[in-house]
Amino acid sequence: MSAAAVLADIDWHVEQQVFFYLIATTQVVAAWRVVTTKNIVHAALYLVVVLAGVAAQFILLGAEFIASTQVLVYIGAVIVLFLFGIMLTQARIGAENDLDQPNRLPAVLTAGLLAILTVSTVIRTFEDVELPDNSRTTTASVSDSIFSDYIIAFEAVSVLLLAALIGAIVVARKD
Amino acid sequence: MRTNVFALDPLFLDDVGFEEVGIVLLKVVVAFVMLLVSVMLMVWFERKFISDMQNRIGPNVAGPFGILQTFADGIKLFFKEDLIPERSDRFVFKLAPYLSLVPAFLVFVIVPIGGDFGEDGDGTVTWFGHETFLQVADAPVGVLFFLAMSSLAVYGVMLAGWSSGSKYPLLGSVRASAQMVSYEAALGLSLAAVILKTGSLSSHDIALAQTGGIVNWNVLATGIVPFVIFLIAGTAELNRPPFDLVEAEQELVGGFHTEYSSLRFALFFLAEFMNTVTMSAIIVTLFFGGPAGPTYAGPAWLWGMFWFMLKLLVFLGVFVWFRATLPRLRYDQLMDLGWKILIPLSLGWFLFVAALEIGDNRGWSRVVVAIVSGAALALGALLMSAAISASRRQRLDEQAESDSPVGAR
Repeated sequence: MSAAAVLADIDWHVEQQVFFYLIATTQVVAAWRVVTTKNIVHAALYLVVVLAGVAAQFILLGAEFIASTQVLVYIGAVIVLFLFGIMLTQARIGAENDLDQPNRLPAVLTAGLLAILTVSTVIRTFEDVELPDNSRTTTASVSDSIFSDYIIAFEAVSVLLLAALIGAIVVARKD
Repeated sequence: MRTNVFALDPLFLDDVGFEEVGIVLLKVVVAFVMLLVSVMLMVWFERKFISDMQNRIGPNVAGPFGILQTFADGIKLFFKEDLIPERSDRFVFKLAPYLSLVPAFLVFVIVPIGGDFGEDGDGTVTWFGHETFLQVADAPVGVLFFLAMSSLAVYGVMLAGWSSGSKYPLLGSVRASAQMVSYEAALGLSLAAVILKTGSLSSHDIALAQTGGIVNWNVLATGIVPFVIFLIAGTAELNRPPFDLVEAEQELVGGFHTEYSSLRFALFFLAEFMNTVTMSAIIVTLFFGGPAGPTYAGPAWLWGMFWFMLKLLVFLGVFVWFRATLPRLRYDQLMDLGWKILIPLSLGWFLFVAALEIGDNRGWSRVVVAIVSGAALALGALLMSAAISASRRQRLDEQAESDSPVGAR
């Protein structure tokens, strides 16, 4: 088989590819701005862009439940809590000079190691897996697998969250 | 086969061509214009209704019955000077009004505003030879989409307050975000009972499940409590009286939009009223059958639209009525109501509805299930109130200890 025939045989999903790279570029630029911007509220807002990009990628994969949960939990709750904390403590407008950290080398090393770890895990796990065309995860199938195949992991995470919640209350107040 | 991510609409069952795209665009434009016009009328309606309740006349100069008052106000705001405070964060200051307007628009996308929801209707209309729903999009995660958008609405308020670079707006926005995040939880939990009853997240399916008589409406099918919780939490989410601490004039000047003027202020104003309209529409869809109702002579989808508008009007009236009647809550009362009453109550009621549902599936007696689960919930409520009162007693003791001066003993 000639090279051209092989190329013609592959379903490229052109639209999906185009949007994937558009969203991914936006995410990378926003992630870069999260760590380089001089204002902490702006950093939080760039983080919102990154997380919205993740949600958009999920939609591109046909996982609408995870996409809306991503928006609901991360953008709607976690970052709002970040901003809330920032505003209660220090919410200056304009550039702040004390945001920069001198330990850049350890930060780069940690980030690099984590990236290598994540990428290699993903590649090792999904190397040969081929998604069927038109694959999409419905809310029903997500909930079915949570409460059957992954019930132990799910319950463990719930207990962990409960422990964190109680711990936070104990640390925060005496009564 | 339903393969599209964001549509269960029969419109997309076959290939999507120019005609389908045209119909979707038409729907978007119609929804947009309808929402804007309804906001204009809502502002007028609120002012007129409130002045009736307060024995005043209200706006009566611009147009018949003053119906063009909002239009006149809009023109006035449009020509006012646009101020940006010098100490503000200019980009975020300009961005914030849009952040509160856009989610308000987007929520309306999932509301079915008409269609044949009569005895055996399936909620479709035929346009230009294509079957479709009378709603812009029927997302399979419709209700979650609504929750996600209403959680995004916090951003506009929060960033407006912060970027103004001034004390009162910041205080207002901190209050607002705490309030909206707290009531978001109760809002979501009260919806869980509706989703459990319907077995679907799609707003069209939820409306369809409520056809065929008032008994099928979710407000009765889930036992009134989720509806009451949703109404209270929704009012708090909208920052409307009695939960309007965000813009308590006596304490905070104007709250988060103190520094805004001209068109940017108009956008906040628009977003607030638009949120009221969409929240009423959501309440009607989720609890009161949406466009469901008896159909008589004439096209059935028009009757659906009529019933929807009638129900919507009732809820808009209810929100204005709240504003005219109820005094504003204190901040600690607001937090107590949200965290200590609404969230436990909605969680408990959800478990109760779930127990009844399981009992029905297994053929257990409804009375026995109700008694047993009611007893369990009452025990839980007793334990919780004991814990709350114990912690309050301890706190008061501590306070009394630290308050009494040492030398006086």
